[in-house]
Amino acid sequence: MRVSELASKESRASSPSDAALPYVITAENLTKRYGDVTAVDGISFRVPAGEAFGLLGPNGAGKSTTMKMIGGVSQRTSGSLNIMGLDPEQHGPEVRAHLGVVPQQDNLDEELKVRDNLLVYGRYFGLPMSYLKPKADELLEFAQLTDKANSKVDALSGGMKRRLTIARSLINEPRILLLDEPTTGLDPQARHILWDRLFRLKEQGVTLILTTHYMDEAEQLCDRLIVVDKGRIMAEGSPASLIREYSTREVLELRFGSERNASVGAELGGIGERVETLPDRVLIYAHDGEAALEQVTARGLRPVTSLVRRSSLEDVFLRLTGRSLVD
Amino acid sequence: MSVLTGSFNTGDHSVTEAARRRRFGPIYSRNVRAVVARGLMATKSSNWMVMVSGFFEPVLYLISMGVGLGAIVGSVQGPGGQEISYAAYIAPALLAVSAMNGAVYDSTWNVFFKMNFAKLYQGMLYTSLGPLDVAMGEIFLALLRGAMYATGFTAVMGLMGLITTPWAILMIPASVLIAFGFASFGMGITSYMKTFQQMDWINFVMLPMFLFSATFYPLSVYPQSIQWLIQAMPLWHGVELLRQISVGVFTPATAVHIGYYLVMIALGVLLTTSRLRKLFLK
Repeated sequence: MRVSELASKESRASSPSDAALPYVITAENLTKRYGDVTAVDGISFRVPAGEAFGLLGPNGAGKSTTMKMIGGVSQRTSGSLNIMGLDPEQHGPEVRAHLGVVPQQDNLDEELKVRDNLLVYGRYFGLPMSYLKPKADELLEFAQLTDKANSKVDALSGGMKRRLTIARSLINEPRILLLDEPTTGLDPQARHILWDRLFRLKEQGVTLILTTHYMDEAEQLCDRLIVVDKGRIMAEGSPASLIREYSTREVLELRFGSERNASVGAELGGIGERVETLPDRVLIYAHDGEAALEQVTARGLRPVTSLVRRSSLEDVFLRLTGRSLVD
Repeated sequence: MSVLTGSFNTGDHSVTEAARRRRFGPIYSRNVRAVVARGLMATKSSNWMVMVSGFFEPVLYLISMGVGLGAIVGSVQGPGGQEISYAAYIAPALLAVSAMNGAVYDSTWNVFFKMNFAKLYQGMLYTSLGPLDVAMGEIFLALLRGAMYATGFTAVMGLMGLITTPWAILMIPASVLIAFGFASFGMGITSYMKTFQQMDWINFVMLPMFLFSATFYPLSVYPQSIQWLIQAMPLWHGVELLRQISVGVFTPATAVHIGYYLVMIALGVLLTTSRLRKLFLK
């Protein structure tokens, strides 16, 4: 049997956390190809302990694939990856002992009841029942599912399932929490509750790795993020620095009606720093949005609606890729 | 320690820390029992009907063929040359078939479904479980179920008066041996399967094996070349082994049958382990 052989090849006795690592995650030229499709195309990044690090990009950018490689459940094509001092491909179980994972699609155990999902998941980490029983109740409280403890999983609503998946990921008190589109499908109130919980975890020193295509989520939660498109990193920095670097302080949004946007867009040259014409609106990037609006009306142009707002990561993404983040 | 836990100041984390400081292998975390515990819990809550139907299938065959067809056939010659009833002749063969079917179902269809549709393994493998924990847990569960069926079926044989020797109790561990052989191979084969159409090929192999492996009549009805073919197949060895045990007649061939399964288990475990990353990690 190979079992004994595998056991003898077990990893070094010293725990990875003994080494004072400046970074909990280091990825160099990480690449993943599925046949001819390159999902992740040579990305490199480092995440220090305790940081909330985001991967921002549209669907299909390679964010989930990157998350799977970090978790050691997807094998990279090339490049190197180091989690808490270990290669997740060679030390999958040991690396994942430190992780909590919220996958993009809930993969709860439909054959088990709600509370049993938490208990059984904790057993997978080798945790004893004496620890798991009170912890499961605490997490049910956290997820506001205490009264559903003995329900079947398929009786839960989509939002409840999401909350249970998130609660489940915390059962082993992970050092690194991987969240793949955590709030997709949640209502606004539930999203804010979740953000609050994630803040608290961050305060406790948990490293958060988050993918999202919601710019507000990235701005709220991330200390630093990479903007990813087509498997490549387009930019890296804090939300504020990215906005400073790739956009102006304010944005003037004008709507002239879908037929006229393109033609009017051409007449707006010289106003603000940059003009971006989209099918449904025209964006003028300017330090002072109100002043830009006065210039527009001074030229005799009458938009149907106008709005001055602060620049967001959405604008950064538009600038970097020429496309909008959420279709 | 300092970098990672320095800012932790709430609660006692010694339990979760201890769980992280266990010894881990590259694909194994010494935690097969967690997978087994999950399987038992799931069975308790939802799989009852599947469990019960799996028990009744060979019993129904035994009643219809053994009692019904047996009335026409009368008695036949057993492994030691003694006359036994037709039901007593086919009962051990049906037990071998049910051990095979149960093990193959659990290690192929069940694994395939849980992997591709229920996403069960996806969840498991995001924990500190390794693919080997999952595979061994699933095989163990299949064998446990096989042992329960075998016990039940042997009891039915006893009630029908088909057991004449205490040796027959050994049919239960022998059934588990047969199931182990098929389960270890089945999971390895499943690792090559991508679609339901491919999964159907498994039935293409299983059904003829069930019908022609001296299950309902002796091997001697075939021409020599066909006999050799059937003797190369695993089920025939299982049928013969259980048939010998059922009447307590042992020959050097008994050792060959057992040896066949030991080799099959060894090769099957090797195949499955080498395919584990393909099976569970995309």
